[in-house]
Amino acid sequence: MSDRSYSVSMTVNGEVVNANVSARTNLVDFLRQDLELTGSHVGCEHGVCGACTVRVDGRIMRGCLLLAVQADGQSVETIEGMAGDPLMTSLQDVFVEENALQCGFCTPAMLLTAHEFISRVVETGAYRPDRDAIRDTISGNYCRCTGYQSIVQAVERVLIQYETAPTKAPNGAPNPGSDR
Amino acid sequence: MKAYPFDYIRAESVDDVLSALDRYGTEARIIAGGQSLMPMLNFRLARPEVLIDINRLAELSGIEDRGDHIRVGALTRHVDVARSPIIARHVPVVAEAMTHVAHPAVRNRGTLGGSLCLADPAAELPACMVALGADLVVAGNNGRRTVPADAFFMGMFETAVDDGEMLIEVLLPKSGPGTRSAMDEVARRHGDYAIVGAAAVAEMDGPAFRDLRLVYFGVEDKPILARETAAALIGQSWSPALAEDLKSTLAQDLSPNDDSQASSAMRLHLADVLARRLLPRLADPDGPHPSRTENESVSR
Ligand SMILES: Cc1cc2nc3c(=O)[nH]c(=O)nc-3n(C[C@H](O)[C@H](O)[C@H](O)COP(=O)(O)OP(=O)(O)OC[C@H]3O[C@@H](n4cnc5c(N)ncnc54)[C@H](O)[C@@H]3O)c2cc1C
Ligand code: FES
Ligand code: FES
Repeated sequence: MSDRSYSVSMTVNGEVVNANVSARTNLVDFLRQDLELTGSHVGCEHGVCGACTVRVDGRIMRGCLLLAVQADGQSVETIEGMAGDPLMTSLQDVFVEENALQCGFCTPAMLLTAHEFISRVVETGAYRPDRDAIRDTISGNYCRCTGYQSIVQAVERVLIQYETAPTKAPNGAPNPGSDR
Repeated sequence: MKAYPFDYIRAESVDDVLSALDRYGTEARIIAGGQSLMPMLNFRLARPEVLIDINRLAELSGIEDRGDHIRVGALTRHVDVARSPIIARHVPVVAEAMTHVAHPAVRNRGTLGGSLCLADPAAELPACMVALGADLVVAGNNGRRTVPADAFFMGMFETAVDDGEMLIEVLLPKSGPGTRSAMDEVARRHGDYAIVGAAAVAEMDGPAFRDLRLVYFGVEDKPILARETAAALIGQSWSPALAEDLKSTLAQDLSPNDDSQASSAMRLHLADVLARRLLPRLADPDGPHPSRTENESVSR
């Protein structure tokens, strides 16, 4: 069995990265170990905990269920690359205010998940005030510390803020794919 | 844990995939969304010599209205199926099922074809294919063949896709004016695989069942069509009296698994509960049947 390396070129947080990777290296390990972007975390490595969430071509995905070699030619964003994004900044501020994190292990992924959710609401105007929808969205992300109440509370606050101010549509919002 | 080493081939066409399958035989594994295969690799439950990546095959993606049926490419992502107005309009049971499949990040990557080829007995989409009577198109080096959903799912993680073949697309019959459908499941947490679930597609004659395909998942090793139960309902209108006899006909249709999640008796009970939820919805879609999807349009 061989462990060949493959050359890849991708954009990570806006910068072109060229590297050689082994086929079995998953994307989140590549980001953490080779690029030292340690904001995305590794929990379960089988898609359940969500700690490894990153954005690939604008959509959130499990970094542990993607291979680095598969990201060749694609645009990858981690929590580090979202600094300065207005919606992300609001989320971060309100997470702190609501005490929606303790150890912070789940936080980068929670933020990315919430960011995609709120961007989609703003894009489609489809939200009806309903915490179940928020709970449902973040239910793919495990938090061992805070309990989810304060996370849901934080996401809802930012959601209402953005929903009632549509002109403040998030810059750099992901395009979760056009509806066909 | 980390995967065993493997080689990687990025396929650019269906022919590329087929020739790689031909060359590597059972040492090769196709990777679509990877949302099931990657966990198996990471846990070292699978040990292929080579992965054939089909993610760049644009021809395998997309949803198309072809008159009497809808074509969905095997590589179409769950999220795109879930949000498709074509699916919502013409095959609503699939749209409803998608709301039960995993979470946003998994739906952004996972594919319809991957879910069908995996053939997890507790998965929603295989059961929907059987309820709809969909056709699945499989390609191999000898050309393409069409497999009816009834014959596609053969057992636990076992399908009619032979070595050297791949799934290309599914053809979903459109709902006619008298067609109604519904699905529901019982799971430990919304988004998890079902303990027991059911998908139903019916032809109605006013309130009476003219034809009914009620398919259970999570009950046996593949989706099970409840034939006796349907036969007992056809020609009848839904009434609470009908519900009384359901459990005994379901017991003729289903031999539920007994495992750490639920006993066989528990599964039969849940099958009955689901039938009592779904059948009234088919008989009277405007009736008071609270459905999760109604108040959750956003995360879809
Ligand atoms: C946390 C989590 C929760 C989940 N919850 C659910 C759930 O509730 N319900 C549910 O149904 N699923 C669930 N899934 C699984 C998810 O839906 C997967 O996306 C799906 O089962 C597999 O699709 P994939 O495209 O990721 O396939 P892959 O993982 O890439 O492949 C799966 C299998 O199919 C084969 N394959 C893929 N495409 C083809 C093809 N075109 N032709 C031939 N063979 C092919 C592969 O070789 C492999 O054996 C969950 C996954 C995770 C990680
Ligand atoms: S590490 Fe990827 S989901 Fe847990
Ligand atoms: S804050 Fe510690 S895991 Fe969520």
